[in-house]
Amino acid sequence: MMRSDPRALQLNEHGQLKHFLTLDGLDKTILTEILDRAESFLSMGEQSVKKVPLLRGKTVVNLFFENSTRTRTTFELAAKRLSADVINLNIETSATSKGESLLDTLKNLEAMQSDMFIVRHSDSGAPHFIAEHCTPNVAIINAGDGRHAHPTQAMLDMLTIRRHKGTFDGLKVAIVGDILHSRVARSQLHALTTLGVDEVRLVGPKTLVPEFFTEMGATICHDLEAGLKDVDVVVMLRLQKERMKGALLPSEGEFYRLYGLTEESLSWAKPDAIVMHPGPINRGVEISSEVADGERSVILNQVTNGIAVRMAVLSMAMSGQLQSSEVQTAGDE
Amino acid sequence: MKLRVQNGRVIDPSQALDRVTDLYIENQKIAAIGEAPAGFEEAEVVDAQGLWVLPGLVDLAVALREPGYTQKGSIATEGRAAVSGGVTTLVCPPDTNPIVDTPAVAALIQDKADEAGMANVFPLGALTQGLNGAHLSNMVSLTDAGCVALSNHRRPMASTKVLSRALEYAATHDLLVVFQPDEGSLSEGGCAHEGLMSTMHGLAGIPETAETVALMRDLLLVEKTGVRAHFARLSCAKSVEMIADARASGLDVSADVAVHNLLLSDQVLNQFNGHYHVLPPLRSEGDRLTLIEGIKAGVISAICSDHQPHEKMAKVAPFAATEPGMANVEVLLPLAMQLMDEGDLDLATVLSCLTAGPASCFGLEAGTLSVGSFADFVLFDSTAQWEWTLENRKTKGQNSPYLDDHFTGRVMATFISGQRVYQLV
Repeated sequence: MMRSDPRALQLNEHGQLKHFLTLDGLDKTILTEILDRAESFLSMGEQSVKKVPLLRGKTVVNLFFENSTRTRTTFELAAKRLSADVINLNIETSATSKGESLLDTLKNLEAMQSDMFIVRHSDSGAPHFIAEHCTPNVAIINAGDGRHAHPTQAMLDMLTIRRHKGTFDGLKVAIVGDILHSRVARSQLHALTTLGVDEVRLVGPKTLVPEFFTEMGATICHDLEAGLKDVDVVVMLRLQKERMKGALLPSEGEFYRLYGLTEESLSWAKPDAIVMHPGPINRGVEISSEVADGERSVILNQVTNGIAVRMAVLSMAMSGQLQSSEVQTAGDE
Repeated sequence: MKLRVQNGRVIDPSQALDRVTDLYIENQKIAAIGEAPAGFEEAEVVDAQGLWVLPGLVDLAVALREPGYTQKGSIATEGRAAVSGGVTTLVCPPDTNPIVDTPAVAALIQDKADEAGMANVFPLGALTQGLNGAHLSNMVSLTDAGCVALSNHRRPMASTKVLSRALEYAATHDLLVVFQPDEGSLSEGGCAHEGLMSTMHGLAGIPETAETVALMRDLLLVEKTGVRAHFARLSCAKSVEMIADARASGLDVSADVAVHNLLLSDQVLNQFNGHYHVLPPLRSEGDRLTLIEGIKAGVISAICSDHQPHEKMAKVAPFAATEPGMANVEVLLPLAMQLMDEGDLDLATVLSCLTAGPASCFGLEAGTLSVGSFADFVLFDSTAQWEWTLENRKTKGQNSPYLDDHFTGRVMATFISGQRVYQLV
């Protein structure tokens, strides 16, 4: 029962994206192509007519098994600016529901002849599962799966870093907070190491930063001052309230005292360091209002960049699908 | 009926036997090896030229799924799968529906197994009623009804006190208790070994301590209560050390391991393939190698298939949402043979862990070709090349990463009490 590698699964025979499931295994060329293409879409957002016809006539389904407002909205906007028809489906699933229903849901949606599924799911590997079980020629875009990956979020973060820093060479980046449960941190780590930054530090207590991340190329710091010292970029992660129930932390207050980003702790970073956060932010839990709204915060730029990056990814995956299917058809004849 | 099995390579680790010779069978039992008993006139000759003649395998973990889960398997289908894999004696877990916590369920399973005419089936009885971890089962009634040992499977005990009392009660009546060490509060929600692979793929981890914390507690309670104990499905390197230490200090406990934990590590998780979702999980390469060392050192004396058949849909889901378990009983022998290359084990050790080893863990009269024992044996073609497929499989289960694999070595025929119960056609 051989299955394809998730990293190979997302590329067609020409090495182009046909799904977008994870950044693990994507090389610097592809990541840079996404960023370059996103840059070109960014300028378009400032024009009065914000549409291009790259996905005209295509049906894109936002398939959200987990709640999200921001991610879903930016994907919707991205698809609409590419002239696609967009359907939003929020499918609530309980934690105990089985893949049977996921497969059934999928079969029903396939019958609607969609061209692309944008999937968010609470199970790690769900978009990969869908890509394997879906009819060919439907592009699957991962909009966040369990703790595994959130590749478009990581790429919009990379775009934000590149626009502010100009390059990845020599950068030191700190990611602070709940790394254990964070799909964003995992995807950022893949992107940052592939794009060639100098160092990625993961900062938090042992309960939230598993030691195994060192084997993925990260440096682990349990002390915020050591973690932020001389960094160019600070990424703060959202702390979920339920982490206190799981005995991973004593209290929000103690977490903020030890790992919260304030004017004082930010001073340990480089003077021109930027502050990022995938949102939504918890003011006074992981970040102070002064910092979140301060001049070094690029949190709102991230949102704008998110639309451009998603346009880039959607258009590349659709084009990769078409090229892939054309070759398949030609081969069949 | 009198039977002569001639010219086979007879390999029986229980008597350090490995030579080309003849087996003589009379009244369901082995009558002689080598020289025919005086006046022996066979009614049938079985030509085993070029084949290995092995004791029937003893598998300590084969879920038959009946009663209760016949969409996954039945006593008839899984019994047939077992004998086609050369397993002539098997132990089935108590997690049926209803659970094996009354003599009636134990009797039902054995009656159906007799009816099917396949492997000898020994149920495990539940240690607590409904495996609820709180109320002791009628342990003596269960063993009187044929249960070979008692186990709470992988279900948690309500408290250490209840466990301690269950062991005291079992010890009173000299009953065997089977542990699957798992501290539920540490493994809860997990689906993969806590390590680099689970961290990378965002799969909730099961730490090594889920097994070792429970194992240490269990060993201390076994020592205190003096109960006869067997530790099942070890997965961690540290567990092997702990069992070795316990035995060195005089505690008479035995242990087994599932064949997949000896062949696979968590490296295979890189494809999110739910067929590799098992409990206990596939652990690190270091754990795998130490488990093999544990076999070499005799700390682990049994290798089982941990056969858990599932219907197709049970594995058609994202990794964490799939049901755990593999259905490998019918390829147990060729899989175990791979350990000679993969783990540098010798043939006698591998075969011992499939026959006399597991039999002695549970005190079963099986797994040997010694004169006077029941004639349970297997004809094995060690060089046969074949492919195991969905079409030729015998189990009802569709869940094995080994389906569509090519194997070397195949069971050609299986005999129980001198009767041919399986013949490859």
